[in-house]
Amino acid sequence: MIRLEKRKEPSQIWRIANPFLAVVLTMIAGGMMFAALGKDPVAAIRLIFFDPLFSEQFGSYSRPQLLIKTAPLILIAVGLAIGFKANIWNIGAEGQYIMGALFGAGVALAFYPIEGWYIFPLMILAGALGGFLWAMIPAILKTRFNTNEILVSLLLVYVAERILAAMALGLMRNPDQPGFPGSRDLRRYESAHNAELIANTGLHWGVVAALIAVIFAYIMMTRHMLGFHVQLAGQAPRAARFGGVSPARLVIICLGLAGALAGLAGMFEVSGPGGQVRIEFATGYGFTAIIVAFLGRLNPIGIVLAGFLLGLTYIGGELSQMMLQLPSASIQVFQGMLLFFLLALDFQTNYRIRLTQGARA
Amino acid sequence: MPAPLMQLDGLTKSYPGVRANDDISFNIGEGQIHALLGENGAGKSTLVKMIYGLVRPDSGAMTLYGAPFAPAQPTEARLNGIAMVFQHFSLFDALDVAENVALGMENPPPLRDLARRIRTVSEEYGLPLDPTRLVGELSAGERQRVEIVRCLLQDPRLLIMDEPTSVLTPQEVGILFRTLRKLASEGTAILYISHKLEEIRTLCDEATILRGGRKVATCDPREKTARELAELMVGQILTPPERPARAMGDVVLEVDNLSLKSSNPFGTSLKDISFQLRAGEVLGIAGVAGNGQDELLLMLSGELRAPRNQVRLRGKPVGHLGPNGRRGLGVVAAPEERLGHAAAPDMSLTENALLSAARRKRLERGGFIDWGKAEAFARDIITRFDVRTPGPHVLARALSGGNLQKFVIGREIELDPDVIIVNQPTWGVDASAAATIRQALLDLAGKGAGVLVIRQDLDELLEVADSFAALNEGRLTPVRPAKGLSVEEIGLMMGGSGDMHVAHEAAE
Repeated sequence: MIRLEKRKEPSQIWRIANPFLAVVLTMIAGGMMFAALGKDPVAAIRLIFFDPLFSEQFGSYSRPQLLIKTAPLILIAVGLAIGFKANIWNIGAEGQYIMGALFGAGVALAFYPIEGWYIFPLMILAGALGGFLWAMIPAILKTRFNTNEILVSLLLVYVAERILAAMALGLMRNPDQPGFPGSRDLRRYESAHNAELIANTGLHWGVVAALIAVIFAYIMMTRHMLGFHVQLAGQAPRAARFGGVSPARLVIICLGLAGALAGLAGMFEVSGPGGQVRIEFATGYGFTAIIVAFLGRLNPIGIVLAGFLLGLTYIGGELSQMMLQLPSASIQVFQGMLLFFLLALDFQTNYRIRLTQGARA
Repeated sequence: MPAPLMQLDGLTKSYPGVRANDDISFNIGEGQIHALLGENGAGKSTLVKMIYGLVRPDSGAMTLYGAPFAPAQPTEARLNGIAMVFQHFSLFDALDVAENVALGMENPPPLRDLARRIRTVSEEYGLPLDPTRLVGELSAGERQRVEIVRCLLQDPRLLIMDEPTSVLTPQEVGILFRTLRKLASEGTAILYISHKLEEIRTLCDEATILRGGRKVATCDPREKTARELAELMVGQILTPPERPARAMGDVVLEVDNLSLKSSNPFGTSLKDISFQLRAGEVLGIAGVAGNGQDELLLMLSGELRAPRNQVRLRGKPVGHLGPNGRRGLGVVAAPEERLGHAAAPDMSLTENALLSAARRKRLERGGFIDWGKAEAFARDIITRFDVRTPGPHVLARALSGGNLQKFVIGREIELDPDVIIVNQPTWGVDASAAATIRQALLDLAGKGAGVLVIRQDLDELLEVADSFAALNEGRLTPVRPAKGLSVEEIGLMMGGSGDMHVAHEAAE
């Protein structure tokens, strides 16, 4: 019979090994899925994980894409991870990302066509504010009425998507091209354009922001009382109250911080790689960032590594759609598997699986 | 001399790094009340777990009625007539008594029959219980009766009781003892685990004393003094705590007519609490668990906010302040639950030192933690209070209960408070650690702090307290000087068991 034994201390080896094991298992299971779809599994895996970086054919296009896809993932995941550590489950980063983009783009479109150095900083503030305010809805509902932040934040994603569509078709539609849905292209509006800082690297302000966020999060979690309180609240809520941590305040801070960072990610995207407010603007960074946060062990440095890996699957996914005609959903399945395997493997961080011979009375 | 019911022969059990039981042999006779005595970590629980089939011995053997007995599972032990009442109850608050009893049985009869049997057995043994009541509404003493009745329904030959009196009033203890004696007279053997020596001297026929995993002695406890037993248990000469001569100072802490609803649906709300605590005074608050002790501590520590003016520190209103606000003014607290409340189990001792001392010990500046200073502070506590641990990097949950308690109380004492509130400071702590903690509290009072001790163990409370009050269903009795109070009087202050005398007499 199989018996589960709780470990006295969580196993450090498994904690570090599990993310790598999860990637390997995902490759195997994903390969089986691709084979079932009638594709060559080895070629597909190679196309997703290897070719974006090393292929002579696509490398020059896809290498800069890596930073572009990774930056928002890291920016969002860093904020989410802080909340997750405190057992505050913000699942709605996608909505906060959309609202950040709308607030940022709204500022730009309001100033158009005035040029000025102050416009981009204002957009940054507006983007952070948009995400922050959207996250305050689940935060205040939780602290006031004890609602579940998982449900509220998740459902608000769909509300945000409706608002995005309404903006793209209505208020923010480009008046010069009324036949097309979507706003003006911010890449053609110099003061609002989040351009590449070094040509052909994909390095834009969002990448800089992600780097700063990682450093700040690292310092906060290891050296600051706030980070200590976050961990305390997550591990031992009663001890946290004894230590003087106000649970309501922590909910506001964690959701607000994650919301502001997600909003920033949305704003950098809409003013740079995305370019305009469109119905199909949101591509699931907010959800993928949840996987990034867990795969990175809720640790800022780990999140950087996990962010690059998941960023890679985005680019590889696009390539495999193009080259192998894989359905676009297959890459989401792939990302989902990664989280699934990780959570399943994590079981053995805390438990030992024992095979025993049943000697029952 | 009754025939031995059970013989233990050379039982040995090792865990990584520690030999929990080393060559332990003794006999338990039929109808005998046999005490198992020892400090925390002496190996009592391991021994009992082997008898009850939770742990298998590495070597050694047991016989039951002369036949080899090696239970692989508690089920097997129960089928052989061994029953156990654990110190921590495994009951569901939201189910009624009969349902709870049924959950612990191998083949429960229909609930209606079971309820009838519960009533019969509980009356027969003088343990009145209403099978239809919700367990969440029962007192700790009544909950224990549920566990005992659950065991009695299975007609045990050997009943193991782990620290049964720690949750009872003196009157309830009397009732329990009468029940146990009746059981013994019918031939049931009882293995009685405790470290309350006076109890063992009144109740038990024989006592086996363990120290450091070995058997020190098997003796007749009635022929020894409590002090001799204690010294056998600890292996050293004990000195009673010293009380520095001191004068009572001004009132430091004052609570006026405070009523406060508990945040827990099964908790006890505080009703109209008033008292004063003076500088240098040790105020002991007794009461059976679940009568508002937790709530009183939360209210005084600031985890539960009170109306501003009804809690005052040196005349200054502090009711509205949270834990850190009150710590800043000199009020500190050590809650009863060490793991999870007073300390975070998965954090290191350094982090746990930071938990309550961050501001008062200036372990942080502008929110930034000085880890070096925090670690030094944790080291201080470890040295001063003799916490046995490899170092401050160790996780709190890796410490034994007594050592963690020394750490937690030590941390609060090191904060140099004006008022300290402690709930069950020596609960489950071995005798020498308990003495250290008591002495530290008395020293603190000697330096002019007000000390409020909430404790169920009356002997200990009377040993340290200058004044005395009891909590009963969330109400606090008037404070009386501790000198001259008899245990009987205190029992009445703690209240709540008068009706059971009647039940007992009716049953006999």
